[in-house]
Amino acid sequence: MNAIVQSSALDAVLKHPGVWRRSAIAQHQVRAQATGLAELDARLPGGGWPCGALTEILFEFDGLGELGLVMPALAALTQRGQRVVFVAPPYIPYAPALVAHGLDLNYVVHLDAAAADGAWSAEQCLRSGSCGAVLSWMPQCDYTQLRRLQLAAESGDALAFLFRPARAAAKSSPAALRLQLRAEDNETSIEILKCRGGLDQRRMTRLRCRG
Amino acid sequence: MLWACLHFSDLPLRAIVDDSAFDDGDEAQPCVVVDGPQQRQHLVYLNAAARHAGLREDQPLAAARALCARLHARTRDVAAEQRLLLSLAAWAYRFTSHVSLSEPHALLLEVGASLHLFGGWAALERRLRRELMQFGYTPTLAVAPVPAAARTFALRHDGFFVDQREPMLAALGNVPLAYSGLSENAITLLYKVGLRTLREAFALPRPEFARRSGPATLAALDRLRGIDTEILALYRPPDRFAHRIEFDHLIDAWPPLLFPLKRLTSELALFLAARDGGVQRCDLVLEHEGTAATRIPIELLTPQREAHMLYELIRSRLERVALVAAVNGIALIARDLPTLRPQHRDLFEPQRAQALAWPELAERLRAHLGDEAVRGLALAADHRPERGWKAEYATVQTRHRVSPAADARDALQVAQTQSPRPLWLLHQPIRLRGTPPQLLAGPERIESGWWDGEDTRRDYYVVETRDGQRAWAFAASNECDDWMLHGWFA
Repeated sequence: MNAIVQSSALDAVLKHPGVWRRSAIAQHQVRAQATGLAELDARLPGGGWPCGALTEILFEFDGLGELGLVMPALAALTQRGQRVVFVAPPYIPYAPALVAHGLDLNYVVHLDAAAADGAWSAEQCLRSGSCGAVLSWMPQCDYTQLRRLQLAAESGDALAFLFRPARAAAKSSPAALRLQLRAEDNETSIEILKCRGGLDQRRMTRLRCRG
Repeated sequence: MLWACLHFSDLPLRAIVDDSAFDDGDEAQPCVVVDGPQQRQHLVYLNAAARHAGLREDQPLAAARALCARLHARTRDVAAEQRLLLSLAAWAYRFTSHVSLSEPHALLLEVGASLHLFGGWAALERRLRRELMQFGYTPTLAVAPVPAAARTFALRHDGFFVDQREPMLAALGNVPLAYSGLSENAITLLYKVGLRTLREAFALPRPEFARRSGPATLAALDRLRGIDTEILALYRPPDRFAHRIEFDHLIDAWPPLLFPLKRLTSELALFLAARDGGVQRCDLVLEHEGTAATRIPIELLTPQREAHMLYELIRSRLERVALVAAVNGIALIARDLPTLRPQHRDLFEPQRAQALAWPELAERLRAHLGDEAVRGLALAADHRPERGWKAEYATVQTRHRVSPAADARDALQVAQTQSPRPLWLLHQPIRLRGTPPQLLAGPERIESGWWDGEDTRRDYYVVETRDGQRAWAFAASNECDDWMLHGWFA
């Protein structure tokens, strides 16, 4: 009798969202937007980009396919009539290529923000709840800013993508998902550095994309 | 129709505010307002102290001075009185759309139509008096079915209310001729005939009355009785908002400007609410001493009316302005006042704490980052890569899918027929450094633009650098060693 009471109490503790379980059973109730890459989806809890959370994409050089990685998800969002905001991108998001990736340009917004305003703008967009996804580029950003972005994404229930240089991988981050892109022998590999909600043993799995 | 007349007897005094002796607080000082030619000025308005000193209206100023040596006299300012009356009309416009200024020193309000809305006359009267008291006015008021009668009652019986014709005529009958609102000559004539009240005047046979006193007097009597319908010129709220606050001292930073700005925006919001409109374009003017004023144009995507929204939008624009000189006045001028279509919201729509609809978010971003900073992207029908896209400032505000126009269809066709394009386009092509890249695809010849002087002839290749970056580059001039980088396949 006593044992039953104890186990139900333990269940209650384990159901607490603050508790992360290492087993794959805990992979539940993560709402996600499919990435469009079946292999990557299979490795992420919920099967895609986590909704209402911050995702960091770290890359060494431009042109590794870092932006192409999120395109299928953005295309799905814009087709559903949700807004996608580019906050202070380093180059021009090229409209013909966006269309070729299936984005509806009526729902794509380009924000031209100075360095100091980038974090503010991204936070405003995320918090408002009227944007489906917010993409931002911040070479310099501290833990507090990341935390604010993560909280804003939670309150606005939006996808937040943050593109950062690879050297930021060593620093700690409150992001729900951190991916690192590397170029190796004509291929790009994706390493999952951190993933909230499971898959401990497969964390180091490397995934190849783009032939 | 039921007309309320608000009579402001102290309007001449209120219009003269520059003299501290005329302050209402100083009751002991006898003050008068005088009018007329310089040689024969007479008293128009007296305060209580002046009346106590034995002065009366229409007395010559010289006689008044003889009676009371320490008299303060000011010349009447009719234009200022009219301005005050107009501002009162703007205030009264929120109670009824029928506001008339046709009577001197008085407002006529048609209150019958909305009497139920305001909870009956007793409640409305309390409200009118309370709000006017806050502005410092204590008018006399009365209600009657006929405007001229309402004015007559307002002069004589403060707070009088009659909504039927018969009792109104009976009450009018008791009014002495001196208060009837007839012309001076007509009153004198009738008085000499031996008439004392309006009832006696009403009882006279009409043709004889008209012959003796003139048709104008009969018409005035008919208007009073409601036999003849009076055509009133109605007040129309102005199509332009311009309010200005002048400071006693110079201000050289923006934070102290926020308080007056808040007042201006709340005044603007009240003005817009009365007009049932919104504001889309306005100017904030910062006045400086000596130099020309700074104009901050404020252009909004959609008309706005909310005071706090307007305040926030104007404030963030003000914050970004560098003050060229100390400010001694601030003004808000709005000319473009389109009708406002409020957004529809679902009654059961779940609302998040800090949720903001896209139009408001775009507005806030534009206010903070600049009007050009928020833009949409669109295709352009041009084969030259740098002209294959354009920034779209109009689509930012649309909430619905825009049906493709003819040139947009052309652009889509151009985009669909071309080989893969990079996601990142560089603002300017730059030299690609390092070891020669590996060619993956190409060449794609792009030759266009001979008609507008920017003739372009380039062979584009998809290349991969040693670091694994995929790039879109073209060969510079004829030599193949130098690559010009124009985009990243990111």
